[in-house]
Amino acid sequence: MKKFYQLENLDCANCAAKLETAIKAIEGIENASVNFMTQRLMVETSADIEKILAEIEKVIAKIEPDCELVR
Amino acid sequence: MTKKLKKHLWQIIIAGILFAASWLPLPRLVGLLMLAAAYLIVGLPIIIKALRNICRGQIFDENFLMGLATFGACFLGEYAEAVAVMLFFQVGEFFQQYAVNRSRRSISTLMDIRPDSARVSRNGEWQVVSPEEVAIGEVIEVRPGEKIPLDGVVTQGASALNTAALTGEALPRDVAAGDEVISGCVNLDGVLQIKTTKEFTDSTVAKILELVENAGSQKSAVENFITRFARWYTPTVVIVAVFLAFLPPLLLPDALLSDWGYRAITFLVISCPCALVISIPLSFFGGIGAASKCGILVKGSNYLEALSHTETVVFDKTGTLTKGCFAVAEVRPQGMSAARLLRLAAHIEAYSHHPIAESIKQAYGKKLDLTKVAKVKELFGTGITAEIDGVAAAAGNAALLQKFGIKQVPADIAGTVIYVVADKKYAGCIIVADEVRKDAAAAISALKDLGVRRTVMLTGDRAAVAEDVARRLGVDEVHAGLLPAGKVAALEQLLGEQSPAGKLLFVGDGINDAPVLARADIGVAMGGIGSDAAIEAADVVIMTDEPSRLASAIRISRRTVRIANQNIVFAIGVKLLVLGLGAAGFASVWAAVFADVGVSVLAILNAVRALRLHKKC
Repeated sequence: MKKFYQLENLDCANCAAKLETAIKAIEGIENASVNFMTQRLMVETSADIEKILAEIEKVIAKIEPDCELVR
Repeated sequence: MTKKLKKHLWQIIIAGILFAASWLPLPRLVGLLMLAAAYLIVGLPIIIKALRNICRGQIFDENFLMGLATFGACFLGEYAEAVAVMLFFQVGEFFQQYAVNRSRRSISTLMDIRPDSARVSRNGEWQVVSPEEVAIGEVIEVRPGEKIPLDGVVTQGASALNTAALTGEALPRDVAAGDEVISGCVNLDGVLQIKTTKEFTDSTVAKILELVENAGSQKSAVENFITRFARWYTPTVVIVAVFLAFLPPLLLPDALLSDWGYRAITFLVISCPCALVISIPLSFFGGIGAASKCGILVKGSNYLEALSHTETVVFDKTGTLTKGCFAVAEVRPQGMSAARLLRLAAHIEAYSHHPIAESIKQAYGKKLDLTKVAKVKELFGTGITAEIDGVAAAAGNAALLQKFGIKQVPADIAGTVIYVVADKKYAGCIIVADEVRKDAAAAISALKDLGVRRTVMLTGDRAAVAEDVARRLGVDEVHAGLLPAGKVAALEQLLGEQSPAGKLLFVGDGINDAPVLARADIGVAMGGIGSDAAIEAADVVIMTDEPSRLASAIRISRRTVRIANQNIVFAIGVKLLVLGLGAAGFASVWAAVFADVGVSVLAILNAVRALRLHKKC
């Protein structure tokens, strides 16, 4: 299942790339992409989305603390 | 400009003034204080970010490297250079943010199709609500100058609609009661009442917005390459910098740490892959945006990239190269006048709603006298028999003639032929043909000019009809008489005959050809606006029904890819050059800073060009 989320305050392109790599590495995520230009996160997963989102938020807090995921 | 960006600009301006003032002939201490103040203004936020990231276990980040470079410069007593590094780094960052914001905004003007409200009739009065709150079957009112918020059917009123935001088509479309309208169009002159047929989330405008907003999630190979490159580039440069600083002084007798340390600092300054990481997605983002402005929706950067390698273009005939609606092309009577033959045929087909029957009735043009029609019988797969004016008559295909034992069948007619029999004798035939789209021939010659090697037409229609259309349009190859499964098989064969890098593009109307759309390298749905299935299945959606937009799409894609490649070669080239010069001791920190920021700025300016490509469509 593909889901799209809006990211806020994603400031640098390199951070977006780092974020993408880190989110892809989360267990249960089949594929993910962060689009710096549209500030959108695409997640493909069959796992429980709430758990996955909590994990993603942790990763974001670690890599780019200014950035926020809009649920 | 956002508040954040404004603050950023002021920081740069103040630090810049202090930096410039420090060159005035002032006491050394005053100059140093000015530099220190400038450093604090532009440098401190970066140092703080670097420290924060180190706490989180991320060492190789550009903030840290900039911090390290400036500490090194201070250690060597090069205070002005330390400030310059920070100042110009910030200028580069500012410029990036500015350019990104600008192009985001230029795309969001495209997003202006989003309707803010709907005026809906409830309890006998008009209420203004958000479009999401309107249910299917409710009646909404749209006044001149307003956007149509939901898809529906006009129940009252007539007007002209501006569809430019959706289709790139400048000519307004006239609508009246009974016509279907799609959301996102702007009502130009009359008040319309519309009965909604879809909820907002299923409406055309919501679908298109979703598609454009999510387009970037499918990345191109170039973008993926850059991401991989960036992951290796920074650590590699830093490690080389460390060796550069410490190895020569340890190994060579007269090498100085201050000299080689300085060279290492130039390395650190250009260790950020920023220019590349930002300019490549920016180019593709601009290209996709430009295409949208021409009424071409591309679902991902990967498809935009693939379009530039189009080698084979496969067309579906009906609805793509032709209009998909039949019209009488020729009447060949035998033993009666053409008008009588048409009248006869129209009355035989009086009760049929087949597209061919409709076209004959339309060509007859007069009101049918149903009292003259009796004993209508449909013969499955051959035609219709009836009694017209008390005379037994029939209309149908060649099999019908055989049934009546008539042998003289006119051969080699391109088109669908309806044979008419009256009183058991051959009375002539009517040729019905699908009309070719106006710009179809131009589209094919434009594709050939762009270097497309092979154009193919697939159709379920008869070979004679297909070949005639192909000849008129200049299509290289025809596969006729195909069932839907046969189209997939034909496509598979064509896919196998391509060169490794070439891409196969299939264009259909999105109806019945979803499997073929999915199988092709790039599936293009044409005139797909309003058809959910087409928007789902295709990789590229052409919102108008002009096949010539394909050539525009390929042109935009080629230019976008060229811009992206220019940026890669230019940015990597300049960086390697400065790295080499820096290692050899020929490039100062100044040169490195200017190279780094300069490359960023130029690459971004180049990338922004992609946004303006829609002028080429």
